[in-house]
Amino acid sequence: MSLLTVERVSKSFGGLKAVSGATFTLAEGEMLGLIGPNGAGKTTLFHLISGFLRPDEGRVRYAGEDLAGLRPHDICQRGMVRTFQVTRPFPRLSVTENVLVGAMERVAHRREALAIAEEVLALTGLAEKGGHMGHSLTLADRKRLELARALATRPKVLLLDEVMAGLNPTETGRLIELIRSVHACGIAILLIEHVMKAVMALSQRILVLNYGELIAEGSPETIVRNPKVIEAYLGEGYSGLEG
Amino acid sequence: MIVRTVSAAGVFAVLLALPYWVSSVWQNLLITTFYYAYLAQAWNILGGYAGQLSLGHAAFFSIGAYTSAVLAIHWGISPWLGMFVGAVLAMLLSLGIGYLGFRFGLRGFYFVLLTVASAEICRLIALHLPILGGYTGLFINFTPNPLQFQFQGKIPYYFVSLGFLSAASLVVWLIQRSKLGVYLLAIRDDEDASEALGVDTFRYKMVAYAVSAALTAFGGTFYAYYQFYLQPNTVLTMNHSVDIMIRAIVGGTGTILGPILGSFLLELLGEFSRTFFAGGVAGLNVVMYGVLLIVVVLFLPRGVYPAIVALVRRATGRRA
Repeated sequence: MSLLTVERVSKSFGGLKAVSGATFTLAEGEMLGLIGPNGAGKTTLFHLISGFLRPDEGRVRYAGEDLAGLRPHDICQRGMVRTFQVTRPFPRLSVTENVLVGAMERVAHRREALAIAEEVLALTGLAEKGGHMGHSLTLADRKRLELARALATRPKVLLLDEVMAGLNPTETGRLIELIRSVHACGIAILLIEHVMKAVMALSQRILVLNYGELIAEGSPETIVRNPKVIEAYLGEGYSGLEG
Repeated sequence: MIVRTVSAAGVFAVLLALPYWVSSVWQNLLITTFYYAYLAQAWNILGGYAGQLSLGHAAFFSIGAYTSAVLAIHWGISPWLGMFVGAVLAMLLSLGIGYLGFRFGLRGFYFVLLTVASAEICRLIALHLPILGGYTGLFINFTPNPLQFQFQGKIPYYFVSLGFLSAASLVVWLIQRSKLGVYLLAIRDDEDASEALGVDTFRYKMVAYAVSAALTAFGGTFYAYYQFYLQPNTVLTMNHSVDIMIRAIVGGTGTILGPILGSFLLELLGEFSRTFFAGGVAGLNVVMYGVLLIVVVLFLPRGVYPAIVALVRRATGRRA
């Protein structure tokens, strides 16, 4: 059963059609990759799904409900949460407090929220950094914190916007493992990613966006052989192994 | 923990005994300090915790002052009750301004301008409402009666202002410990990230604004019955809003002790520059006050209290 349904969604900025008639679904527990060149409209699509932007046309449904008119916090409370491509830790809050913000909406007491926070920090490997301030973290830790905060909201759908960008291969490898274990808990994931190694390793299905339009959809194996995708994004000679 | 309890008890004892030791000049200084610390604490909820800069708190202050005064003068209602009416009215105004500002997504300078403009409208209305005394101002007859919030001598005012400050600090402490406190700080740091994590930023900003405005209005009532004279061009000016705000900023916004410390420092600074620089060139003390203020803000941009905390942590070897 599809948990998230995007139906013919379009969004223009002035004369620029950022997203045009995007249609796809995300099933319960699925891991879906979203790739495409810079400026293809991937992040705009995330904004549209998570309520930060309103579609000009089309509809986004979550668990059967039309999300039109809902604000981002409403959508988060319903179980769909996003991370930001440019990490946005709360700079003057500690790492634990950062995660608490996400954990509090679900529980009545701070103590329960703290328990969730500690659990999530342990899962994401930030347990020892709980007392550090948000602004003092390294990029890799900021990416982990984005993920940790999102997980603390107890989502059913996780929208990850380039969580691998800027990480070294070791860090990327670790984060791939982490996302896999999150997925194993039954959370559906929509993943925007440029790091092909990660997309290929994680996605069960991949969508390709180019100039605001979905140009291909399929399993990782078929996507890397699709001529349109090679022309628009991957380039000649991509074997699907390096990256 | 024991050290804390003992030192808290010590501070409490000193505060109780203090007004009986010092001269009336110092009594007045302490009352003003507590009273401004109280206002800065109220401002701190919106400006410090929620990070929404208001330069219009004089409006809420004046609503509190005028409401309790007019209710007492014309209908004989005790300011002890009237101040609650003022607080409710101030809260309603804050919700109106907040709705306009937050619903339409005004942030930063634009929100500041909205608060300035709404306070200015209030000043113009007050200047032209006969019941508020207009330009002449509103005089309150002094008839000592604690039930009417009118006290003989300074010592009762000392304890009332201390009580106000303690109550406001308790409110902020409770906020800080609650979900609301965490949310407000998150909103201050990054509104969009807060929204993404399920925080209803509009609602919590409205709550912060309403609580801040209501507390500020209580402070207005205190002022009315300490000064016995209200005039829009003194109480309802941007200068006054700045006076409130600057104490929280100098002391350290988003902390409980910051506004209190800031109020003490600025009161002492004002007194110091009056004592040492007055008498020579006219206005020199005000200039020196300004210079000292700039120095503080320049070297301790986060405020004095956070700087002290950082210093103590470094000294005791704990990480910041």
